[in-house]
Amino acid sequence: MKKFLALVMVLAMVLAIGAGCGGGDNGGGSNGGDKVVKIGVFEPASGENGAGGKQEVLGIRYANSLTPTVEIAGETYTVELVEVDNQSVTDKAVTAAQSLTSAGVSVVLGSYGSGVSIAAGDTFKTAQIPAIGVSCTNPQVTQGNDFYFRVCFLDPFQGTVMANFAKDEMQADNAFVITQLGDDYSTGLGAYFKQAFTDLGGTVEEAQFQTGDVDFNAILTNVLNSDADVIFAPSSIQTAPLLIQQARQMGITMPILAGDTWENESIIKNAGEYATDVYLSTFFDENDTANPAAAEFVTGFKAWLNADQQNLTNNGGSDGVAAVSALGFDAYNVAIAALQAAASPAGTDVQAALPGVTADGVTGSVSFDENGDANKDMAYIKTIDVENGVFQFLKTQTIAQ
Amino acid sequence: MDNLTYYIQQLLTGVTVGGQYALIAIGYTMVYGILRLINFAHGDIFMAAGFFMVYASATLPLYISLPLTLLLTVILGVAVERIAYKPLRQAPRMSIMISAIGVSYLLQNFATYYTGGLPRPYPKLPFIGDIIQIGSVTTSWVTIITPLLTLALVAGLVALIKYTKMGMAMRAVSRDFETAQLMGIKINNVISMTFVIGSFLAAVASVLFFSKYTTVTPTIGAMPGLKAFVAAVFGGIGSVPGAVVGAFVIGICENIIKAMGYTTFSDAFTFVLLILVLIFKPTGLFGEKTTEKV
Repeated sequence: MKKFLALVMVLAMVLAIGAGCGGGDNGGGSNGGDKVVKIGVFEPASGENGAGGKQEVLGIRYANSLTPTVEIAGETYTVELVEVDNQSVTDKAVTAAQSLTSAGVSVVLGSYGSGVSIAAGDTFKTAQIPAIGVSCTNPQVTQGNDFYFRVCFLDPFQGTVMANFAKDEMQADNAFVITQLGDDYSTGLGAYFKQAFTDLGGTVEEAQFQTGDVDFNAILTNVLNSDADVIFAPSSIQTAPLLIQQARQMGITMPILAGDTWENESIIKNAGEYATDVYLSTFFDENDTANPAAAEFVTGFKAWLNADQQNLTNNGGSDGVAAVSALGFDAYNVAIAALQAAASPAGTDVQAALPGVTADGVTGSVSFDENGDANKDMAYIKTIDVENGVFQFLKTQTIAQ
Repeated sequence: MDNLTYYIQQLLTGVTVGGQYALIAIGYTMVYGILRLINFAHGDIFMAAGFFMVYASATLPLYISLPLTLLLTVILGVAVERIAYKPLRQAPRMSIMISAIGVSYLLQNFATYYTGGLPRPYPKLPFIGDIIQIGSVTTSWVTIITPLLTLALVAGLVALIKYTKMGMAMRAVSRDFETAQLMGIKINNVISMTFVIGSFLAAVASVLFFSKYTTVTPTIGAMPGLKAFVAAVFGGIGSVPGAVVGAFVIGICENIIKAMGYTTFSDAFTFVLLILVLIFKPTGLFGEKTTEKV
């Protein structure tokens, strides 16, 4: 009897495995013989930067809805997006990246957050699949990795922009820099800001907090006890509202500056009335009408968002266009251009074609330098309009090289 | 800002954090005292209480949503015990602990699935979020209320354990599970009561915690849960006053370390403390001194 049971179970397992494979084959065949090229989407959908990752994915999906096919060497391929959630943490990022490489993607888009991109860089390099970073701004993402490219500006630039802004616009002489330990984006941007700000003649005090910390009162008491005129706190979307709220509750009225991650409406929603005097730099502004491609993108994207309640929820509940969505849109189109230029869906061919690709994106034209970084030299400074709960465009800033 | 104000502000923060840890730590220590089980899902029950409040207050007024949150959390706590721990009562202790870890992951992942993984803003409660100025110290009411409410609840709990019949039954069960059963104590009722109290305090802690740190995420319970567990071990697991003292010590020490600029070591301090206690005084500050019966 026992043997019989064992036999039945073994048979059941074999059948299950067989069914699994069979299902896979059918899945490939059901596209009616169309050729399929896979593009990996390596983004956080949960964790401390989940809200930003979702907006980036929305931009990519919208681009995919406009350009669902690509012409490669005279044949039409259907583009299939393979999405994985890297959960905003570096140890999950590698596993997520591996699942993309084993899914056979030709090129990867992402991620939001530099730490996860750096962590996954080697996986893509080993698998010889090129990755196009969307809003990962730390220089180390592309350094020493021929397979990582990106479409956004870099932290040395962003740090300098914010240091200039603090010095010129805020008339600050002393800055307090608060960064997150072990987060490459946060510590990197903090260090570049410090360097630029001291070069401008300012002084900097520093403090760090642990990932997952929710109480910043100890640090903020030190801020209150210092001569700082301005706080610079590049950190995750999850941290931002807590930090803003606790600072204002403690009676700290000085401006709080941060980087591109803070352009997320969930921060306004969570920080509420306390989000006064918050300034950040980002990649794009939806009201910028100078670029016709951008205006067209904003109208189309808003209509697309409003057509689906789920999209609106993922965007944070409103139809505001985040800079990262625009970057996601551009990254997808760059990937399509690279596939066309490569005339082959093989990872190495796409990688070889990418440095030569140029595209007129909605966030400005995209071309790559020798590191694989986009040549971009303009940042948009925004502030939070507490009354209406939206980001308000302040000015664009470029820096002399 | 003069020195005195600075120290008062820092100490106040430490005491508040300690108060929050204390309310969670009691849940750990009581369940351990009765069942000899470390309820790893306790931090996630705290997280679930946060989400209950978020969703309840979206449609209901405060005077309904707040009691409803407390009630739902208690129901969740007892349900976890009934479903995941009770069937394993005769199983080796390791199995029930693994079951607790399973519940913890289940709750976290369910919350991630249900909320889409995005942080949710906690509703603003009247009064306790308001800012007050005492002398030159600026803070919010919740900072003051947390330690006071914690001490009041603990005093009530200690009285309940000492002077009521249920309390006596609890003490008997924690002393000797089987003999208590033989003497006619309804074990299941006692255990349920333990989970009711533990979950209720976790719900209160979550209201205080999220009034101060106003975003709820699926994994938010992990760290406070872990710290509270260390506090419970430090104070002597199984002892309610021990857990409270341990929680305040950890809260204040952590904050001093952060204020001195050594944030890198604040978490390390907590866990090094755990290791040291386990090596040199495994029974903790107020732990029972009786040796394990063979």
